[in-house]
Amino acid sequence: MIPFSDADLGAIWLTIRLATTVTLLLMLLGTPLAWWLARTHSAWRGPVNALVALPLVLPPTVIGFYFLLALGPDGPIGALTNTLGLGYLAFTFWGLVVASTVYSLPFVVQPIQNAFEAIGDRPFEVAATLGAGSLDRFISVALPLARPGFVSAAVLGFAHTVGEFGVVLMIGGNIPDETRVVSVQIYDHVEALDYVGAHWLSGTMVVFSFVVLCLLYVTQRRSRSSGLNFGR
Amino acid sequence: MRRLLLAIFTCALVVQDARGAELRLAVAANFNAPMRELAAAFEQDTGHVLKIAPGASGKLYAQIRQGAPYDLFFSADQNKPAALVRDGLALGDSRYTYASGRLVLWTRRPDYHADEIRRALSQSEGRIAVANARIAPYGAAAEQVLGALGLADQLRPRLVYGESVSQAYQFAASGNARFGLVAASVVMRDGAFVTGSGILVPQTLHGPVLQDAVVLTRSQFPQAAMAFLAYLHTNPAQQIISRYGYMMPTPPVMSRDTVL
Repeated sequence: MIPFSDADLGAIWLTIRLATTVTLLLMLLGTPLAWWLARTHSAWRGPVNALVALPLVLPPTVIGFYFLLALGPDGPIGALTNTLGLGYLAFTFWGLVVASTVYSLPFVVQPIQNAFEAIGDRPFEVAATLGAGSLDRFISVALPLARPGFVSAAVLGFAHTVGEFGVVLMIGGNIPDETRVVSVQIYDHVEALDYVGAHWLSGTMVVFSFVVLCLLYVTQRRSRSSGLNFGR
Repeated sequence: MRRLLLAIFTCALVVQDARGAELRLAVAANFNAPMRELAAAFEQDTGHVLKIAPGASGKLYAQIRQGAPYDLFFSADQNKPAALVRDGLALGDSRYTYASGRLVLWTRRPDYHADEIRRALSQSEGRIAVANARIAPYGAAAEQVLGALGLADQLRPRLVYGESVSQAYQFAASGNARFGLVAASVVMRDGAFVTGSGILVPQTLHGPVLQDAVVLTRSQFPQAAMAFLAYLHTNPAQQIISRYGYMMPTPPVMSRDTVL
């Protein structure tokens, strides 16, 4: 017997799709950003680091509120998407992708950045004396050495997007199979006093999150990475 | 000694109740604005202090069930107060229908005319924001309106759902949705739109959104709480409530099934 309704299953599937899309996007965007932050001596390093960390400290309501305004007809993102012929992104899956990418950014960038920084300069100097170009050094030295950081980043980015609520509530519009993710579905169950439905989904979230984090910490301990040290 | 302390404590409570009680009000989000005015007037008249906690009725109801320290509950519907009375968490003889809500089809463009809105609704693009019918009485009323107009299936793909009328209004006010079916109290004062434009939905298209209030059993100031409900019956209070676009539930003002 499945304790989930069709709406619950739709929300679960949507959440998995959203988290996967956001994680892939963040790995693509986050890796060069983390690399730059780990290696640069630019004066921009401090401000960019602060910008990346902002979603850690800002309430989701602030991010949701500004996205609601920014995605609309009066907002810069809304103006841009409309000019490109994409219409407005509020209440769409891709609107959630954009907002979640910003919201989960530090959870992906920071572990990768920490892993890059932990490598130090020496392996790159050695590789350079052996004749490796900068791209070669990045691919055959930095990426393999920073692997635990990438694993942490992917897992945390995925899990954090699954756990997102406030931002989605404010820009999603609660549309079935489009923007109604698991956390919003739980909120609806609670508001509608359907505590049984809320329990099933909430319990599943607790178990899922615990198992994911457990796997992460167990494997990270073995590989002795510094990937989980935030705020260093 | 303990008995003496208890006596002193009780006296203090009674005295406080008579002069300056502090009442905590759990208020449905759609009634937040008029409640501020009503509370200010009542405070001035009586010296009691009223603290307002606005929120979605469902959330407030769940908090009350878990022992939240409120004295009065102003719900956006009749079911939740009735359930509290049934389970002994609210005083049955306090139940009072304080307002009957109206729906407005609203857009932030200030210059729409009524027939333009009707045309735009049935033909054009653009999202329409409503409250979630599953959790908000105004959402249920909005569904009734679309059903009565025979537009429910046609408009379904264009609907977006707020957790309350306030959020449905947010969606429309930020321009992300072109129209919103929201409570009149959110956008109207004295029969006119504060911003934007719209049409008052005829009451024949949806059942009345009757909103009940109750005094909670755990209140330490039941007399002051009852006094506030009594104040809502007075002319000045009724004028404030109707200014915000609520209909006054015609007598009998007490809820229909309180006599049972």
